[in-house]
Amino acid sequence: MEDLTVNIGLLTLRNPTILASGIMDETADSMKRIIKSGAGAVVTKSVGRKPRRGYPNPTTVELPFGVLNAMGLPNPGIDEYGEEIEKLRNSGVPVIGSIFGKDKEEFSYLARRMEEYNVNAVELNLSCPHASGYGLEVGSDPETVKKIVSSVKDDISIPVFAKLTSNVTSIVDIGKAAEAGGADAVVAINSVKAMKVDIYLKKPILYNKFGGYSGRGIKPIGVRCVYELAKELGIPVIGVGGVETGEDAVEYILAGASAIQVGTGVYYRGIDVFRKINREIMEWMKKNDYKSIEEFRGAALL
Amino acid sequence: MNYPKIVNIERVIEETDNIKTVIFPFKDKVNPGQFFMILIPDVDEIPMSVSYISDDHKGFTFRKVGNATSELYKLGEGDLIGIRGPLGNGFSLDGDKILFVGGGTGISALAPAVEKASSKTKEITVLIGVKSKKELFFEKRIKKTGVKLYVATDDGSYGYKGYASDLAESLLNEEIYDSVITCGPEAMMKKVVDLSLMMNIGVQASLERYIKCGMGLCGQCAICGGLRVCRDGPVFDGDVLKNCEEFGFYKRDASGRKVPV
Repeated sequence: MEDLTVNIGLLTLRNPTILASGIMDETADSMKRIIKSGAGAVVTKSVGRKPRRGYPNPTTVELPFGVLNAMGLPNPGIDEYGEEIEKLRNSGVPVIGSIFGKDKEEFSYLARRMEEYNVNAVELNLSCPHASGYGLEVGSDPETVKKIVSSVKDDISIPVFAKLTSNVTSIVDIGKAAEAGGADAVVAINSVKAMKVDIYLKKPILYNKFGGYSGRGIKPIGVRCVYELAKELGIPVIGVGGVETGEDAVEYILAGASAIQVGTGVYYRGIDVFRKINREIMEWMKKNDYKSIEEFRGAALL
Repeated sequence: MNYPKIVNIERVIEETDNIKTVIFPFKDKVNPGQFFMILIPDVDEIPMSVSYISDDHKGFTFRKVGNATSELYKLGEGDLIGIRGPLGNGFSLDGDKILFVGGGTGISALAPAVEKASSKTKEITVLIGVKSKKELFFEKRIKKTGVKLYVATDDGSYGYKGYASDLAESLLNEEIYDSVITCGPEAMMKKVVDLSLMMNIGVQASLERYIKCGMGLCGQCAICGGLRVCRDGPVFDGDVLKNCEEFGFYKRDASGRKVPV
């Protein structure tokens, strides 16, 4: 029997599929539904200090090879979101709390609050492509990334994941900075900064004009980033970007990913996408005579 | 493709002094109870249930209440809007004897369902509840289908004096229906759903929540059990709603905080 169990540092997952931040994670019920449908772990919505409404619509449109969105980091604030996280306590899979801040003080504060809510790890959003003063605007500079990660590491004892942007000259430099700051893993990639101009309205279709592109169109970018990071870093890499099928997941794992996250795939294949991906990974392992994920992880790295 | 189709408004109908219907060219099939995300350029994109269905045209009907609907209200024939959809599931119109209960603008989502059902359902009763006579619309349209129609006004200016849910209660006590379908203010729908469940009648309610992506991705409109109003709804069965602690009580604002319905 093929074993799908994976380890990300000290965290053990029943399978390598993780719900990506920002997808179906506004409420505990919604994340529980994802867990029931087979996810090995869930990442919460990115939460900040204060409630944020996000941008007016249109916040999301489908394009031929993926989805473009600029939600604008809507969230109820860390005080209120605790109620949702606490409801997940006995859900049976690791819960990873995603946070965003403008500086190391904010990140540290939010990480401490997440730890109080008993999450199993925190994911630092250093990569959202469409919120002024946050996300990739703090995550594009190696020095800043190192400072934020090490400040968070000093303050909490649970694992810290750094979610990186591909919108930089060298994602390896950012990854190394996160590692030097003490990150337990890096997550790559966030959606890619992008725009769609509507030719009938003759203006950008999103209210925020700029957004983040996700889905099948960005998979080759994600795989390239994971490959580069896995080659140069000593900490686990979690792959994200365009994973819809077991074959997509296998590709990321061959490139060195310890696990993968699924976001836009929920749109293309439904809530059941996690179970489907796991089944397809097992079929591929059977055909290729692998018994565990670790046996082929990073096989493509030369 | 879940992308706004930009169309010119073909016709605007004034239904009351603050309610309008917008008709636009649209050939794809739409089921009663489904909705569109309507893009008002530079303003917002908001969900609207389909209120008119013909082969070549579809329409929606709305009241001027907030910023987006006020801007939409200013648009006229020839102006551009974006149409994304149809989205969601729509009503199931099974049964020989159906009671429709619409409150306020809720009748706009029910009207095409009544028209569709009237060709095959043996007996249809429609109940429209509004605050006062001047807010009543679609009365003639519903009458034209030949169904039994009741109107309730809160102030008694027309028809039955009182709430639609109270009139629904007396109708449900007098006759046995196969199915109840409701759309309107959530407090009214909650009462109609509870009454129907108590009497063991199948009931469907069309829910309204803040919708962002409209693609079942962001989770903004998720209700009990992680059901997405935009994708798993907006029409839900009473059997689902009876286990839904928020139905009739709270919804979530744009930030995800709980607010009363």
